[in-house]
Amino acid sequence: MNYFKQDLASLHADLVAKKISSKELTQATFDNIKATDPKIDAFLALNEEAALDQATKIDAAGIKDDQPLAGIPVAIKDNIVTKDLTTTAASKILANFKPVYDATATEKLAAAQMVTVGKTNLDEFAMGGSTETSAFKQTKNAWDQTKVPGGSSGGSAAAVASGQVVAALGTDTGGSIRQPASFNGVVGMKPTYGRVSRWGLIAFGSSLDQIGPLTRGVKDNATILSAIAGHDDHDLTSSTQAVPNFAGDLNDAASVKGLRIGLPKEFLAEGVDDDVKNAILAAADTYRKLGATVDEVSLPHNKYGVAAYYIIASSEASSNLQRFDGIRYGYRAQDVKNLEDVYVKSRSEGFGDEVKRRIMLGTFSLSAGFYDAYFLKAAKVRTVIINDFKAVLKDHDFIMGPVAPTPAFDLGAEIQDPITMYMNDILTIPVNLAGLPGLSLPAGFSNNLPVGMQLIGRPFDESTLYKAGYVFEQNTDFHLQVPTLGGQN
Amino acid sequence: MANRINRDQVQHVAGLAKLEFTDAQLDAFTPQLDDIIGLFETLSEVDTDGVEATSSVSDQLNVMREDVADDWGQSHALLKNAPDAARGFIKVPAIIDESEDN
Repeated sequence: MNYFKQDLASLHADLVAKKISSKELTQATFDNIKATDPKIDAFLALNEEAALDQATKIDAAGIKDDQPLAGIPVAIKDNIVTKDLTTTAASKILANFKPVYDATATEKLAAAQMVTVGKTNLDEFAMGGSTETSAFKQTKNAWDQTKVPGGSSGGSAAAVASGQVVAALGTDTGGSIRQPASFNGVVGMKPTYGRVSRWGLIAFGSSLDQIGPLTRGVKDNATILSAIAGHDDHDLTSSTQAVPNFAGDLNDAASVKGLRIGLPKEFLAEGVDDDVKNAILAAADTYRKLGATVDEVSLPHNKYGVAAYYIIASSEASSNLQRFDGIRYGYRAQDVKNLEDVYVKSRSEGFGDEVKRRIMLGTFSLSAGFYDAYFLKAAKVRTVIINDFKAVLKDHDFIMGPVAPTPAFDLGAEIQDPITMYMNDILTIPVNLAGLPGLSLPAGFSNNLPVGMQLIGRPFDESTLYKAGYVFEQNTDFHLQVPTLGGQN
Repeated sequence: MANRINRDQVQHVAGLAKLEFTDAQLDAFTPQLDDIIGLFETLSEVDTDGVEATSSVSDQLNVMREDVADDWGQSHALLKNAPDAARGFIKVPAIIDESEDN
Protein backbone atom coordinates (compact mmCIF):
# COMPACT_ATOMS: atom_id res chain seq x y z
CA MET A 1 0.00 0.00 0.00
CA ASN A 2 1.35 3.40 -0.97
CA TYR A 3 0.18 6.17 1.35
CA PHE A 4 3.11 8.55 0.79
CA LYS A 5 1.06 11.10 -1.14
CA GLN A 6 -1.90 10.90 1.23
CA ASP A 7 -2.81 13.26 4.02
CA LEU A 8 -4.93 12.86 7.14
CA ALA A 9 -8.12 13.82 5.34
CA SER A 10 -7.67 11.39 2.44
CA LEU A 11 -6.63 8.54 4.73
CA HIS A 12 -9.63 9.29 6.93
CA ALA A 13 -11.94 9.20 3.88
CA ASP A 14 -10.46 5.85 2.79
CA LEU A 15 -10.85 4.43 6.31
CA VAL A 16 -14.47 5.57 6.62
CA ALA A 17 -15.27 4.19 3.15
CA LYS A 18 -13.49 0.96 4.14
CA LYS A 19 -11.20 1.16 1.12
CA ILE A 20 -8.49 0.36 3.63
CA SER A 21 -8.57 -0.85 7.20
CA SER A 22 -6.56 0.63 10.04
CA LYS A 23 -4.84 -2.73 10.39
CA GLU A 24 -3.77 -2.68 6.73
CA LEU A 25 -2.53 0.89 7.04
CA THR A 26 -0.69 0.14 10.28
CA GLN A 27 0.89 -3.00 8.80
CA ALA A 28 1.90 -1.05 5.69
CA THR A 29 3.47 1.56 7.97
CA PHE A 30 5.61 -1.05 9.72
CA ASP A 31 6.57 -2.63 6.38
CA ASN A 32 7.56 0.78 5.11
CA ILE A 33 9.53 1.70 8.23
CA LYS A 34 11.40 -1.60 8.03
CA ALA A 35 12.22 -0.96 4.38
CA THR A 36 13.37 2.64 4.76
CA ASP A 37 14.72 2.92 8.30
CA PRO A 38 18.03 1.20 7.57
CA LYS A 39 18.75 4.34 5.50
CA ILE A 40 17.14 6.94 7.76
CA ASP A 41 17.42 5.52 11.31
CA ALA A 42 14.49 7.62 12.51
CA PHE A 43 13.12 5.13 15.05
CA LEU A 44 14.46 4.01 18.42
CA ALA A 45 11.59 1.61 19.17
CA LEU A 46 8.65 0.12 17.29
CA ASN A 47 5.33 -0.68 18.94
CA GLU A 48 4.30 -3.34 16.45
CA GLU A 49 2.28 -5.83 18.44
CA ALA A 50 0.31 -3.30 20.50
CA ALA A 51 -0.26 -1.04 17.48
CA LEU A 52 -1.66 -3.83 15.28
CA ASP A 53 -3.82 -4.96 18.17
CA GLN A 54 -5.15 -1.42 18.65
CA ALA A 55 -5.78 -1.04 14.90
CA THR A 56 -7.73 -4.31 14.82
CA LYS A 57 -9.94 -3.08 17.64
CA ILE A 58 -10.50 0.27 15.92
CA ASP A 59 -11.52 -1.56 12.73
CA ALA A 60 -13.92 -3.76 14.68
CA ALA A 61 -15.58 -0.74 16.29
CA GLY A 62 -15.76 1.08 12.95
CA ILE A 63 -14.46 4.56 12.08
CA LYS A 64 -17.01 7.33 11.91
CA ASP A 65 -17.02 10.64 10.03
CA ASP A 66 -16.38 12.67 13.17
CA GLN A 67 -13.20 10.75 14.08
CA PRO A 68 -10.68 12.42 11.75
CA LEU A 69 -7.62 10.79 13.31
CA ALA A 70 -9.01 7.34 14.13
CA GLY A 71 -6.94 4.43 12.90
CA ILE A 72 -4.11 6.57 11.51
CA PRO A 73 -0.50 5.81 12.58
CA VAL A 74 1.57 8.43 14.40
CA ALA A 75 5.15 8.50 15.68
CA ILE A 76 6.18 9.98 19.03
CA LYS A 77 9.49 11.61 19.92
CA ASP A 78 11.20 9.51 22.53
CA ASN A 79 11.29 12.18 25.25
CA ILE A 80 7.49 11.95 25.53
CA VAL A 81 6.48 9.15 27.86
CA THR A 82 4.35 6.30 26.54
CA LYS A 83 2.91 3.75 28.93
CA ASP A 84 4.65 0.37 28.75
CA LEU A 85 6.64 1.51 25.69
CA THR A 86 10.33 2.15 26.32
CA THR A 87 11.06 5.88 26.60
CA THR A 88 14.75 6.76 26.62
CA ALA A 89 15.15 10.46 25.73
CA ALA A 90 17.97 8.96 23.61
CA SER A 91 20.06 8.65 26.79
CA LYS A 92 21.93 5.68 28.16
CA ILE A 93 20.67 6.75 31.59
CA LEU A 94 17.09 5.83 30.56
CA ALA A 95 17.93 2.96 28.20
CA ASN A 96 15.53 0.51 29.87
CA PHE A 97 12.92 2.92 31.19
CA LYS A 98 9.30 1.83 30.77
CA PRO A 99 6.88 4.57 31.85
CA VAL A 100 3.87 3.61 33.96
CA TYR A 101 1.74 6.40 32.49
CA ASP A 102 1.11 8.27 29.23
CA ALA A 103 1.91 11.90 28.52
CA THR A 104 -1.24 14.00 28.19
CA ALA A 105 -0.46 14.67 24.51
CA THR A 106 -0.18 10.97 23.67
CA GLU A 107 -3.19 10.17 25.82
CA LYS A 108 -5.18 12.68 23.78
CA LEU A 109 -3.98 11.13 20.52
CA ALA A 110 -4.95 7.71 21.86
CA ALA A 111 -8.38 9.09 22.79
CA ALA A 112 -8.68 10.28 19.17
CA GLN A 113 -7.72 6.68 18.27
CA MET A 114 -4.45 7.43 16.57
CA VAL A 115 -2.14 4.44 16.53
CA THR A 116 1.32 4.94 18.06
CA VAL A 117 3.71 3.00 15.84
CA GLY A 118 6.97 3.88 17.57
CA LYS A 119 9.36 6.27 19.25
CA THR A 120 11.64 8.53 17.26
CA ASN A 121 15.26 9.44 17.77
CA LEU A 122 16.42 12.78 19.18
CA ASP A 123 19.43 14.52 20.61
CA GLU A 124 19.99 13.20 24.12
CA PHE A 125 17.36 14.84 26.37
CA ALA A 126 16.57 17.08 23.34
CA MET A 127 19.90 18.89 23.77
CA GLY A 128 21.25 19.50 20.31
CA GLY A 129 20.42 20.62 16.82
CA SER A 130 21.45 17.63 14.73
CA THR A 131 20.25 14.48 16.53
CA GLU A 132 23.95 13.57 16.74
CA THR A 133 24.02 13.59 20.55
CA SER A 134 21.65 10.60 20.67
CA ALA A 135 23.28 7.79 22.66
CA PHE A 136 21.86 5.19 20.30
CA LYS A 137 21.90 6.02 16.61
CA GLN A 138 22.46 8.68 14.00
CA THR A 139 19.34 9.71 12.13
CA LYS A 140 19.94 10.93 8.57
CA ASN A 141 18.29 13.68 6.59
CA ALA A 142 15.49 12.30 4.41
CA TRP A 143 16.76 14.25 1.39
CA ASP A 144 20.45 13.43 1.64
CA GLN A 145 21.76 10.76 3.96
CA THR A 146 25.13 12.50 4.32
CA LYS A 147 23.39 15.44 6.01
CA VAL A 148 22.01 15.87 9.52
CA PRO A 149 18.23 15.71 9.98
CA GLY A 150 18.43 18.69 12.32
CA GLY A 151 17.39 18.40 15.89
CA SER A 152 16.48 17.71 18.38
CA SER A 153 13.29 16.25 16.83
CA GLY A 154 15.36 14.84 13.95
CA GLY A 155 13.76 11.39 14.10
CA SER A 156 10.21 12.76 13.94
CA ALA A 157 11.06 15.13 11.06
CA ALA A 158 12.90 12.48 9.02
CA ALA A 159 10.12 9.94 9.63
CA VAL A 160 7.50 12.33 8.24
CA ALA A 161 9.68 13.57 5.36
CA SER A 162 10.59 10.05 4.24
CA GLY A 163 6.94 9.02 4.22
CA GLN A 164 7.17 6.55 7.08
CA VAL A 165 4.33 8.30 8.91
CA VAL A 166 2.00 11.16 8.00
CA ALA A 167 2.36 12.76 11.41
CA ALA A 168 4.67 12.78 14.42
CA LEU A 169 4.99 14.61 17.70
CA GLY A 170 8.13 16.56 18.50
CA THR A 171 9.21 18.92 21.24
CA ASP A 172 10.72 22.37 20.95
CA THR A 173 12.79 24.13 23.63
CA GLY A 174 14.87 26.36 21.35
CA GLY A 175 13.88 25.31 17.83
CA SER A 176 13.77 21.53 18.10
CA ILE A 177 10.56 21.14 16.08
CA ARG A 178 11.02 24.01 13.63
CA GLN A 179 14.65 23.48 12.63
CA PRO A 180 14.41 19.74 11.78
CA ALA A 181 11.12 20.49 10.00
CA SER A 182 13.02 23.07 7.93
CA PHE A 183 15.95 20.70 7.25
CA ASN A 184 13.58 17.94 6.07
CA GLY A 185 11.04 20.02 4.14
CA VAL A 186 8.06 19.36 6.40
CA VAL A 187 5.72 21.47 8.52
CA GLY A 188 6.42 21.89 12.25
CA MET A 189 4.58 23.94 14.86
CA LYS A 190 6.00 25.11 18.19
CA PRO A 191 2.76 26.16 19.88
CA THR A 192 2.40 29.05 22.33
CA TYR A 193 3.87 28.18 25.72
CA GLY A 194 1.00 26.62 27.68
CA ARG A 195 -1.03 25.59 24.63
CA VAL A 196 -0.11 21.91 25.03
CA SER A 197 0.31 20.18 28.37
CA ARG A 198 3.89 19.24 29.24
CA TRP A 199 2.73 16.39 31.48
CA GLY A 200 4.81 13.39 30.49
CA LEU A 201 7.35 15.40 28.51
CA ILE A 202 10.74 14.61 30.05
CA ALA A 203 11.64 18.09 31.24
CA PHE A 204 14.61 19.95 29.76
CA GLY A 205 13.89 23.71 30.10
CA SER A 206 10.53 23.88 31.82
CA SER A 207 9.84 27.54 31.03
CA LEU A 208 10.60 26.92 27.32
CA ASP A 209 9.51 23.34 26.44
CA GLN A 210 6.46 22.72 24.25
CA ILE A 211 5.15 19.64 22.44
CA GLY A 212 3.97 20.15 18.86
CA PRO A 213 3.18 18.32 15.60
CA LEU A 214 5.30 17.60 12.51
CA THR A 215 3.40 16.81 9.31
CA ARG A 216 3.73 17.06 5.54
CA GLY A 217 1.15 19.82 5.19
CA VAL A 218 -0.22 22.76 7.17
CA LYS A 219 -3.77 21.46 7.46
CA ASP A 220 -2.67 18.13 8.91
CA ASN A 221 -0.54 20.02 11.40
CA ALA A 222 -3.51 22.13 12.48
CA THR A 223 -5.68 19.04 12.90
CA ILE A 224 -3.15 17.37 15.19
CA LEU A 225 -2.58 20.50 17.28
CA SER A 226 -6.31 20.83 17.98
CA ALA A 227 -6.26 17.21 19.17
CA ILE A 228 -3.37 17.59 21.64
CA ALA A 229 -3.95 21.14 22.95
CA GLY A 230 -5.84 22.34 26.00
CA HIS A 231 -5.67 22.82 29.74
CA ASP A 232 -4.53 19.93 31.87
CA ASP A 233 -4.72 19.74 35.65
CA HIS A 234 -1.42 17.85 35.56
CA ASP A 235 0.42 20.87 34.12
CA LEU A 236 -0.51 24.08 35.87
CA THR A 237 1.33 26.15 33.26
CA SER A 238 -1.06 24.82 30.60
CA SER A 239 -3.49 27.50 29.52
CA THR A 240 -7.24 27.55 30.12
CA GLN A 241 -7.73 29.36 26.77
CA ALA A 242 -10.25 27.66 24.50
CA VAL A 243 -8.72 25.50 21.75
CA PRO A 244 -9.97 26.45 18.26
CA ASN A 245 -10.58 23.96 15.50
CA PHE A 246 -7.37 25.15 13.83
CA ALA A 247 -8.03 23.32 10.55
CA GLY A 248 -11.58 24.64 10.33
CA ASP A 249 -10.74 27.83 8.43
CA LEU A 250 -8.18 26.28 6.09
CA ASN A 251 -10.17 26.25 2.88
CA ASP A 252 -10.52 28.19 -0.37
CA ALA A 253 -11.81 31.24 1.50
CA ALA A 254 -8.57 31.54 3.52
CA SER A 255 -6.72 34.74 2.64
CA VAL A 256 -3.86 36.94 3.81
CA LYS A 257 -5.40 40.03 2.22
CA GLY A 258 -4.95 43.04 4.46
CA LEU A 259 -2.61 41.30 6.91
CA ARG A 260 0.48 43.16 8.07
CA ILE A 261 3.62 41.06 8.21
CA GLY A 262 6.89 42.10 9.84
CA LEU A 263 10.17 40.95 8.34
CA PRO A 264 12.95 41.68 10.88
CA LYS A 265 16.12 42.95 9.26
CA GLU A 266 18.14 40.98 11.85
CA PHE A 267 16.67 37.75 10.41
CA LEU A 268 18.38 38.36 7.06
CA ALA A 269 21.65 39.59 8.51
CA GLU A 270 25.15 38.27 8.11
CA GLY A 271 25.48 34.54 8.63
CA VAL A 272 22.26 33.74 6.79
CA ASP A 273 22.94 31.85 3.52
CA ASP A 274 22.06 33.65 0.30
CA ASP A 275 19.75 30.85 -0.82
CA VAL A 276 17.90 31.03 2.50
CA LYS A 277 17.67 34.81 2.30
CA ASN A 278 16.38 34.67 -1.27
CA ALA A 279 13.74 32.06 -0.39
CA ILE A 280 12.40 34.32 2.36
CA LEU A 281 12.44 37.42 0.15
CA ALA A 282 10.56 35.46 -2.52
CA ALA A 283 8.03 34.34 0.10
CA ALA A 284 7.58 37.97 1.15
CA ASP A 285 6.81 38.80 -2.49
CA THR A 286 4.31 35.95 -2.62
CA TYR A 287 2.51 37.40 0.40
CA ARG A 288 2.57 40.89 -1.11
CA LYS A 289 1.04 39.59 -4.33
CA LEU A 290 -1.70 37.96 -2.27
CA GLY A 291 -2.64 41.28 -0.71
CA ALA A 292 -0.61 41.38 2.50
CA THR A 293 1.77 44.15 3.52
CA VAL A 294 5.33 43.14 4.39
CA ASP A 295 7.31 45.75 6.36
CA GLU A 296 10.92 45.69 7.39
CA VAL A 297 10.93 45.70 11.19
CA SER A 298 13.59 45.32 13.88
CA LEU A 299 14.15 42.95 16.78
CA PRO A 300 17.24 44.76 18.05
CA HIS A 301 18.12 42.29 20.83
CA ASN A 302 17.67 39.15 18.77
CA LYS A 303 21.41 38.48 18.74
CA TYR A 304 21.46 38.15 22.53
CA GLY A 305 18.90 35.36 22.44
CA VAL A 306 21.45 32.57 22.11
CA ALA A 307 23.45 33.65 25.17
CA ALA A 308 20.34 34.26 27.30
CA TYR A 309 18.88 30.94 26.19
CA TYR A 310 21.94 28.83 26.93
CA ILE A 311 22.05 30.26 30.45
CA ILE A 312 18.32 29.86 31.15
CA ALA A 313 17.78 26.50 29.43
CA SER A 314 20.97 25.02 30.92
CA SER A 315 20.06 26.27 34.39
CA GLU A 316 16.62 24.72 34.15
CA ALA A 317 18.17 21.53 32.76
CA SER A 318 20.71 21.28 35.57
CA SER A 319 17.81 21.41 38.01
CA ASN A 320 15.49 19.08 36.05
CA LEU A 321 18.18 16.46 35.46
CA GLN A 322 19.00 16.12 39.15
CA ARG A 323 16.33 13.44 39.25
CA PHE A 324 18.55 11.10 37.25
CA ASP A 325 20.56 9.75 40.13
CA GLY A 326 20.52 5.98 39.67
CA ILE A 327 18.09 5.37 42.53
CA ARG A 328 14.48 5.03 41.40
CA TYR A 329 14.79 4.30 37.70
CA GLY A 330 17.26 4.29 34.87
CA TYR A 331 20.93 3.38 34.80
CA ARG A 332 22.77 2.61 38.04
CA ALA A 333 26.54 2.25 38.02
CA GLN A 334 27.72 -1.06 39.41
CA ASP A 335 31.20 -0.41 40.74
CA VAL A 336 30.23 1.69 43.77
CA LYS A 337 31.35 1.88 47.39
CA ASN A 338 28.59 4.06 48.85
CA LEU A 339 25.48 6.06 48.04
CA GLU A 340 27.37 9.16 46.87
CA ASP A 341 29.16 6.92 44.41
CA VAL A 342 25.81 5.79 42.99
CA TYR A 343 24.88 9.39 42.19
CA VAL A 344 28.22 10.47 40.76
CA LYS A 345 29.09 7.34 38.80
CA SER A 346 25.56 6.70 37.49
CA ARG A 347 25.34 10.27 36.19
CA SER A 348 28.89 10.38 34.87
CA GLU A 349 28.50 7.06 33.04
CA GLY A 350 24.86 7.60 32.04
CA PHE A 351 24.92 11.10 30.53
CA GLY A 352 26.66 11.99 27.26
CA ASP A 353 29.00 14.94 26.77
CA GLU A 354 26.47 17.50 25.54
CA VAL A 355 24.14 16.83 28.47
CA LYS A 356 27.08 17.13 30.86
CA ARG A 357 28.10 20.39 29.20
CA ARG A 358 24.62 21.84 29.73
CA ILE A 359 24.41 20.62 33.32
CA MET A 360 27.80 22.22 33.99
CA LEU A 361 26.80 25.53 32.36
CA GLY A 362 23.56 25.60 34.31
CA THR A 363 25.11 24.65 37.62
CA PHE A 364 27.77 27.32 37.08
CA SER A 365 25.20 29.99 36.15
CA LEU A 366 23.16 29.26 39.28
CA SER A 367 26.09 28.86 41.68
CA ALA A 368 26.93 31.22 44.53
CA GLY A 369 28.74 34.29 43.29
CA PHE A 370 27.66 33.87 39.66
CA TYR A 371 23.85 33.84 39.90
CA ASP A 372 23.37 37.60 39.51
CA ALA A 373 25.89 38.00 36.69
CA TYR A 374 24.59 35.08 34.65
CA PHE A 375 21.15 33.65 35.50
CA LEU A 376 19.52 36.87 36.69
CA LYS A 377 21.06 38.89 33.86
CA ALA A 378 19.76 36.36 31.30
CA ALA A 379 16.28 36.46 32.85
CA LYS A 380 16.29 40.26 32.45
CA VAL A 381 17.54 40.09 28.87
CA ARG A 382 14.66 37.66 28.28
CA THR A 383 12.27 40.47 29.27
CA VAL A 384 14.00 42.83 26.82
CA ILE A 385 13.63 40.25 24.01
CA ILE A 386 9.94 39.77 24.87
CA ASN A 387 9.43 43.54 24.69
CA ASP A 388 11.03 43.61 21.21
CA PHE A 389 8.46 41.07 19.97
CA LYS A 390 5.58 42.91 21.69
CA ALA A 391 6.54 46.14 19.95
CA VAL A 392 6.54 44.52 16.49
CA LEU A 393 3.43 42.37 17.04
CA LYS A 394 1.46 45.37 18.30
CA ASP A 395 0.88 46.50 14.73
CA HIS A 396 1.82 43.38 12.76
CA ASP A 397 -0.28 40.22 12.53
CA PHE A 398 2.79 38.03 12.46
CA ILE A 399 6.54 37.99 11.81
CA MET A 400 8.20 36.06 9.00
CA GLY A 401 11.80 34.97 8.52
CA PRO A 402 14.04 31.97 8.04
CA VAL A 403 14.03 29.05 10.49
CA ALA A 404 17.76 28.47 10.40
CA PRO A 405 20.63 30.40 8.80
CA THR A 406 21.53 27.42 6.56
CA PRO A 407 20.03 24.26 5.09
CA ALA A 408 21.02 20.90 6.62
CA PHE A 409 24.77 20.59 7.16
CA ASP A 410 27.04 17.55 6.85
CA LEU A 411 26.90 14.80 9.45
CA GLY A 412 29.81 15.29 11.85
CA ALA A 413 30.59 18.81 10.64
CA GLU A 414 29.71 20.76 13.80
CA ILE A 415 29.41 18.25 16.61
CA GLN A 416 32.87 19.06 18.02
CA ASP A 417 32.16 22.78 18.08
CA PRO A 418 29.42 23.62 20.60
CA ILE A 419 29.30 27.36 19.96
CA THR A 420 28.84 26.96 16.18
CA MET A 421 26.09 24.44 16.89
CA TYR A 422 24.42 26.79 19.41
CA MET A 423 24.49 29.73 16.98
CA ASN A 424 22.36 27.73 14.50
CA ASP A 425 19.44 28.38 16.86
CA ILE A 426 19.70 32.17 16.67
CA LEU A 427 16.41 32.55 14.74
CA THR A 428 14.32 30.04 16.70
CA ILE A 429 15.46 30.55 20.31
CA PRO A 430 13.96 34.03 20.84
CA VAL A 431 10.50 32.60 20.07
CA ASN A 432 10.82 30.15 22.98
CA LEU A 433 12.15 32.84 25.29
CA ALA A 434 9.03 34.88 24.51
CA GLY A 435 6.68 31.86 24.63
CA LEU A 436 5.23 32.68 21.20
CA PRO A 437 3.92 30.25 18.56
CA GLY A 438 6.27 29.52 15.65
CA LEU A 439 5.41 27.63 12.47
CA SER A 440 8.05 26.21 10.13
CA LEU A 441 7.04 25.34 6.58
CA PRO A 442 8.78 24.56 3.27
CA ALA A 443 9.69 27.69 1.29
CA GLY A 444 12.46 26.75 -1.09
CA PHE A 445 15.49 24.64 -1.92
CA SER A 446 19.23 25.11 -1.83
CA ASN A 447 21.31 22.51 -3.70
CA ASN A 448 18.40 20.05 -3.49
CA LEU A 449 18.03 20.55 0.26
CA PRO A 450 14.84 22.05 1.70
CA VAL A 451 14.77 25.60 3.07
CA GLY A 452 12.17 26.47 5.68
CA MET A 453 10.31 29.65 6.50
CA GLN A 454 9.28 30.58 10.01
CA LEU A 455 6.08 32.44 10.91
CA ILE A 456 5.92 33.84 14.44
CA GLY A 457 2.64 34.98 15.95
CA ARG A 458 1.02 36.60 18.94
CA PRO A 459 0.42 34.42 22.00
CA PHE A 460 -2.32 31.84 21.33
CA ASP A 461 -2.77 33.04 17.75
CA GLU A 462 -1.67 29.85 16.04
CA SER A 463 -4.76 30.31 13.83
CA THR A 464 -3.22 33.23 11.94
CA LEU A 465 0.01 31.29 11.38
CA TYR A 466 -1.83 28.26 10.07
CA LYS A 467 -3.93 30.43 7.80
CA ALA A 468 -0.89 32.25 6.41
CA GLY A 469 0.94 28.93 6.04
CA TYR A 470 -2.00 27.32 4.28
CA VAL A 471 -2.37 30.22 1.86
CA PHE A 472 1.36 30.04 1.11
CA GLU A 473 1.04 26.31 0.40
CA GLN A 474 -1.87 26.93 -1.95
CA ASN A 475 0.29 29.31 -3.98
CA THR A 476 3.59 27.39 -4.03
CA ASP A 477 4.66 23.82 -4.70
CA PHE A 478 7.58 23.39 -2.28
CA HIS A 479 5.53 21.15 0.02
CA LEU A 480 4.64 18.85 -2.89
CA GLN A 481 8.25 17.89 -3.54
CA VAL A 482 9.41 14.77 -1.78
CA PRO A 483 12.78 13.10 -1.29
CA THR A 484 13.65 10.04 -3.36
CA LEU A 485 14.59 7.22 -1.07
CA GLY A 486 13.74 4.35 -3.32
CA GLY A 487 11.04 1.92 -2.31
CA GLN A 488 7.54 3.31 -2.18
CA ASN A 489 8.23 6.73 -3.66
CA MET B 1 42.66 30.66 27.57
CA ALA B 2 40.73 29.92 30.73
CA ASN B 3 40.27 33.52 31.74
CA ARG B 4 36.72 33.10 32.83
CA ILE B 5 36.74 29.62 34.35
CA ASN B 6 39.73 27.47 35.23
CA ARG B 7 40.23 23.77 35.74
CA ASP B 8 39.75 23.94 39.52
CA GLN B 9 36.47 25.81 39.12
CA VAL B 10 35.26 23.28 36.56
CA GLN B 11 36.05 20.53 39.05
CA HIS B 12 34.20 22.44 41.78
CA VAL B 13 31.10 22.88 39.58
CA ALA B 14 31.27 19.18 38.63
CA GLY B 15 31.15 18.35 42.33
CA LEU B 16 28.03 20.50 42.77
CA ALA B 17 26.42 18.74 39.78
CA LYS B 18 27.39 15.26 41.03
CA LEU B 19 29.51 14.60 37.98
CA GLU B 20 33.10 13.50 37.74
CA PHE B 21 35.55 13.97 34.87
CA THR B 22 38.82 12.35 33.96
CA ASP B 23 41.87 14.54 33.42
CA ALA B 24 41.43 14.26 29.66
CA GLN B 25 37.77 15.30 29.93
CA LEU B 26 38.70 18.26 32.13
CA ASP B 27 41.27 19.31 29.52
CA ALA B 28 38.59 19.24 26.83
CA PHE B 29 35.73 20.74 28.84
CA THR B 30 37.54 23.65 30.50
CA PRO B 31 38.31 25.66 27.33
CA GLN B 32 34.89 24.78 25.84
CA LEU B 33 33.05 26.04 28.91
CA ASP B 34 35.31 29.07 29.00
CA ASP B 35 34.37 29.94 25.41
CA ILE B 36 30.66 29.49 26.09
CA ILE B 37 30.85 31.62 29.23
CA GLY B 38 32.56 34.22 27.04
CA LEU B 39 29.45 34.13 24.83
CA PHE B 40 27.31 34.57 27.97
CA GLU B 41 29.24 37.69 28.87
CA THR B 42 28.05 39.49 25.73
CA LEU B 43 24.82 40.01 27.71
CA SER B 44 26.59 42.75 29.65
CA GLU B 45 26.15 44.89 26.51
CA VAL B 46 22.38 44.96 27.14
CA ASP B 47 21.14 47.70 29.45
CA THR B 48 18.82 45.98 31.92
CA ASP B 49 18.63 48.71 34.56
CA GLY B 50 15.14 48.71 36.01
CA VAL B 51 14.11 45.66 33.91
CA GLU B 52 12.25 42.90 35.73
CA ALA B 53 13.48 39.34 35.28
CA THR B 54 11.19 36.91 33.42
CA SER B 55 10.95 33.46 34.97
CA SER B 56 7.74 32.25 33.31
CA VAL B 57 5.78 33.04 30.16
CA SER B 58 2.74 31.02 31.21
CA ASP B 59 -0.58 32.87 31.25
CA GLN B 60 -1.57 30.93 34.38
CA LEU B 61 -0.55 32.51 37.67
CA ASN B 62 -0.83 31.09 41.17
CA VAL B 63 -3.01 28.13 40.33
CA MET B 64 -4.21 26.66 43.61
CA ARG B 65 -5.49 23.21 44.44
CA GLU B 66 -6.35 21.24 47.56
CA ASP B 67 -3.40 19.34 48.98
CA VAL B 68 -4.91 15.88 48.90
CA ALA B 69 -2.91 12.68 49.25
CA ASP B 70 -3.45 10.46 46.21
CA ASP B 71 -2.56 6.80 46.16
CA TRP B 72 -2.00 6.07 42.51
CA GLY B 73 -1.84 2.37 43.28
CA GLN B 74 1.24 2.04 41.13
CA SER B 75 3.98 1.28 43.63
CA HIS B 76 4.48 -2.21 42.24
CA ALA B 77 4.68 -0.94 38.66
CA LEU B 78 7.00 1.90 39.67
CA LEU B 79 9.36 -0.48 41.44
CA LYS B 80 9.80 -2.43 38.21
CA ASN B 81 11.86 0.52 36.94
CA ALA B 82 14.07 0.60 40.03
CA PRO B 83 17.57 -0.80 39.46
CA ASP B 84 17.31 -2.78 42.72
CA ALA B 85 14.27 -3.43 44.89
CA ALA B 86 13.17 -5.77 47.66
CA ARG B 87 9.98 -6.19 49.72
CA GLY B 88 8.35 -3.11 48.22
CA PHE B 89 11.34 -0.85 48.74
CA ILE B 90 14.13 0.49 46.54
CA LYS B 91 17.52 -0.90 47.60
CA VAL B 92 20.56 1.38 47.66
CA PRO B 93 24.12 0.91 48.91
CA ALA B 94 25.03 2.09 52.40
CA ILE B 95 25.59 5.82 52.81
CA ILE B 96 28.87 5.08 54.59
CA ASP B 97 31.65 3.57 52.53
CA GLU B 98 31.22 -0.18 52.81
CA SER B 99 34.95 -0.81 52.50
CA GLU B 100 35.47 1.22 55.73
CA ASP B 101 32.59 -0.61 57.35
CA ASN B 102 34.05 -4.08 56.93
